[in-house]
Amino acid sequence: MRCKALTAKLSGDDLTLFRGDRCLFKGLNFALNPGEVLLLEGRNGSGKTSLLRAIAGLIELETGRVSWDGVPIRGQRQAFHLALVWLAHRVGFKADLTLLENLRFESSLRPQAERDLEEVLERLGIERLKNLPMRALSAGQQRRVALARMLLADAVLWMLDEPVTNLDREGRSLVMQLVSEHAAHNGMVIMAAHQDIKLEAPMQTIRL
Amino acid sequence: MMDQQRQMPGIWAGMVAVARRDLLLVLKRPGDVLNPLFFFAMVATLFPLAVGPSVEQLEFSGPGVLWVAALLAMLLSLNSLFTSDFEDGSLEQMLVSSLPLSALAFGKAAAHWLSSGLPLVIVSPLVAMTFRMPVAVVGVLMLTLLLGTLSLSLLGSIGAALTVGLHRGTALLSLLVLPLSMPVLIFGARTVSLAAAGDTAAGGLYFLAAYTVLIMSIAPFATAAALRISNE
Repeated sequence: MRCKALTAKLSGDDLTLFRGDRCLFKGLNFALNPGEVLLLEGRNGSGKTSLLRAIAGLIELETGRVSWDGVPIRGQRQAFHLALVWLAHRVGFKADLTLLENLRFESSLRPQAERDLEEVLERLGIERLKNLPMRALSAGQQRRVALARMLLADAVLWMLDEPVTNLDREGRSLVMQLVSEHAAHNGMVIMAAHQDIKLEAPMQTIRL
Repeated sequence: MMDQQRQMPGIWAGMVAVARRDLLLVLKRPGDVLNPLFFFAMVATLFPLAVGPSVEQLEFSGPGVLWVAALLAMLLSLNSLFTSDFEDGSLEQMLVSSLPLSALAFGKAAAHWLSSGLPLVIVSPLVAMTFRMPVAVVGVLMLTLLLGTLSLSLLGSIGAALTVGLHRGTALLSLLVLPLSMPVLIFGARTVSLAAAGDTAAGGLYFLAAYTVLIMSIAPFATAAALRISNE
């Protein structure tokens, strides 16, 4: 396990996190390599989001460290974030700006893949909404815009917190398809979910 | 190998993008900017009415009143600097972006200054008229406000970042920002008073400029650190 963790692209070693007095996880290890998917399962409030946030470097762990390319991410936050795209529960778009304005702003925050915007929007079924302000979009449609951000970013590592929330059945299968495709192109995915997830990619599961 | 090829977006471009986005939001909701501006104009115009029309008194109290009104107007608008970004999750997106957070924080403070500080400077001559301020002194007033509001925007961004996760952080924000903004208030108001008395204003302006540069070089980093703490 140790050897594997040292050579992995992304690894967590002896992670422990407390929220208040409650221990969310203790001594947790994981190792993730390109082409793999890590699924975090657990009840509501079991600490899936906290673990994701800790891996992304948004909260400090009690013990342990997360390493990217064998180097702790705390020492190379920028390099790590360069490879990361984060889909959180709150989509992170401005309600008063249009879909296009929001995505244009995103493009200056992180490296962009050479994908055609129109094509991505069409695939996600939000192409005709592009000039509407975000507040006019339904929760599921906003979720799809967040998926567009993910596809447009040139990031190896996708971190998804409950990616299928608010999505219809077709949207859910689209997410699974996108994740499988990303993994097939040597991408890495960490996903927190409480629904059943069916993927055609090598998958590890952590139960919290 | 892939990592090296990946093009990082420019820091300057990121800063400009944040500022542009915030200004675009202001354009779509102009009410947020007009509020502090109204506050400034109202306080400063009500004062002469309450004090009375004595020219001597007005000339004496003018600089102080204008400066206090400007300071409070800035504080009023600082409150919401990070709140909406925090609530809709875009702050989190900035935290995990590959750009230095301090650059993005500077962009936000710059947009705040452009949308709250600069309008104050622009309307200040109108308000100064009610205090019978001579034209030459109005020029000094505008200069001090220009430098002062800039440092207040930057100082306030630290306080706003520290209180972003708290509900009703207004009182705390004022408590945090006011002590640091005292030099701005004292030198700002005194410089204008001195100019009105016929003295040279250069010393005070130099101090304000130096203080602004100092704050400008510290505040973005302090704001970035505060944002990371507030987001835990």
